Amino acid sequence: MSTTIAPRQETSAPRQEASDRAVAENSLGRKLVAPALVLMLLVTAFPMLRALWLSLFDYSLTAPDDQKFIGLTNYVTALTDPLFWSTTLNTVFIMVVTVAVELVIGFIFAMVMHRVIFARGVIRTSILIPYGIITVVSGFAWQFAFSNTNGFINGWLPLIEDNFNWFGEYGSAMAAIMVSEIWKTTPFMSLLLLAGLAQVSEDMLEAAQVDGASWWQRLWKVILPNMRSAIMVAVLFRALDAYRIFDNIFVMTAGAQGTESVSFLTYRQVIEQFQLGIGSALSVLLFISVLIVAFVIVKVFRVDLASARQEG
Amino acid sequence: MKLKTRIGVILGGLLILTWCLLPVAWIISLSFKSQKSVTEGSPGFLPTEAGFAGWENYTSVLENEQFRRAIFNSIGISLIATLLSVILATLAAYAIARLEFKGKKFVLTTALVIAMFPVVSLVGPLFDVWRSIGIYDTWIGLIIPYMSFTLPLAIWTLSAFFREIPWEMEQAAQVDGATSWQAFRKVIVPLAAPGVFTAAILTFFFAWNDFVFGISLTSTESARPIPAALSFFVGADPFNRPASLLAAGAVVSTIPIVIIVLLFQRKIVAGLTSGAVKG
Repeated sequence: MSTTIAPRQETSAPRQEASDRAVAENSLGRKLVAPALVLMLLVTAFPMLRALWLSLFDYSLTAPDDQKFIGLTNYVTALTDPLFWSTTLNTVFIMVVTVAVELVIGFIFAMVMHRVIFARGVIRTSILIPYGIITVVSGFAWQFAFSNTNGFINGWLPLIEDNFNWFGEYGSAMAAIMVSEIWKTTPFMSLLLLAGLAQVSEDMLEAAQVDGASWWQRLWKVILPNMRSAIMVAVLFRALDAYRIFDNIFVMTAGAQGTESVSFLTYRQVIEQFQLGIGSALSVLLFISVLIVAFVIVKVFRVDLASARQEG
Repeated sequence: MKLKTRIGVILGGLLILTWCLLPVAWIISLSFKSQKSVTEGSPGFLPTEAGFAGWENYTSVLENEQFRRAIFNSIGISLIATLLSVILATLAAYAIARLEFKGKKFVLTTALVIAMFPVVSLVGPLFDVWRSIGIYDTWIGLIIPYMSFTLPLAIWTLSAFFREIPWEMEQAAQVDGATSWQAFRKVIVPLAAPGVFTAAILTFFFAWNDFVFGISLTSTESARPIPAALSFFVGADPFNRPASLLAAGAVVSTIPIVIIVLLFQRKIVAGLTSGAVKG
């Protein structure tokens, strides 16, 4: 077409064109991501900065005109209050137990789903039901199931008296909350693990079998090492999700018997007591603790975030 | 497969089914217990013969104005948030999958951070700002946070899908004489549609499930979504929740999820796993 008049520019033209194109591509790319990026930052970064600012004030919505700059006093109050530490401890406890249990059960489920031939569709459909169900509904279902007046669990469990009140003491109330949390989120874990399992090469497994490796050895020496990145990503996602636990606690105990989580404490300060100053300080502390948890998991387990985003 | 493995797999399959469906069966069974029997206390999985309520709880739930309003709010807010979020995410994911531009890493990192963000941290400032600009307790006041929190998931899922699309086909169609619009519409849209659809389902699930924003940014039934309405539904006696009525409401709120899952099971599984893990 136009090649006949172009030979003179052959050395410089392609380069010029490439850089023009690169500039155009760069600007188009930025324009396309801008709306999403702006919206994401508008609802997270901006309120977070505002929380940072408000946390330096003695500010309560019950007396909105009475704002007073008090520096870091709110942080000192929060960090010296044993309630903050007990809720943090609760949250960490819930996170560690639920993620550990989910990892084991989720892995078993993934193994079964990987091997199952019959009723594949039925199993995958039913595993999505807990995933899709509203957390509040899961909380109610388990609360009533554990109830000593209307529930069935006391009757089904041996060694437990029929009128045992699960929500009457700390340990059993926490157990009930964790059961609801684990029930609802294990499917997600197992689907992530299933995707990892699908990447373990069958040839390698067969080779190990031919070499005389037992089932247990194949699991620990071949399967698990090969799906390491899938496991780590699943742990990271679930751990951070578990650290934010709120819905189940709100519905099942409303924080009674010392079962509050950090999220619940923050919510209570802000929305129920209108204490925006100290509530904002708690919000900032909650954000920082999530960052710390993420950092620790990424460092300790050396999670490859690039592979999580499918860049690797 | 060896016999031992086969038995193990069958038992495992039954275990999964029991795990997933037993609590659902329980809540359905509870929703058929009569309110009187629940107040008096009726332990046991199934309703007793005397305590069987039939459709009574369902009719009273559906006749309840607050609950009907909440269903309407939830459907409206979730659908609008899903639609808008998927449009923005599609633009962004196209750019991420197809174009080279500065700041791509930043967008992906932001999305990752936001997906892990403790939402409760935002409740205070948003509550404050929403009240001062007048969108507290409105649909739009919930749609905005739902959009920004579903964008990361939608962007990941979609960019993972878009990377798999053979984009050369677009050029091929143009060489064959299609205009670029035709090439886009006839070649790329059909290939991209399943991914967009999956992202929409996952987004809808998130919006439908949300509780924190639902209770913090609304105060009346004009915008309160189902999860919040269920949790505030105390009935006549605040110390004794109407368990069977709540169960009926819970079942109603789960029906849309079950329908979506039944219709699109394959797409949801593909979407959940493609965005997050691939070594």
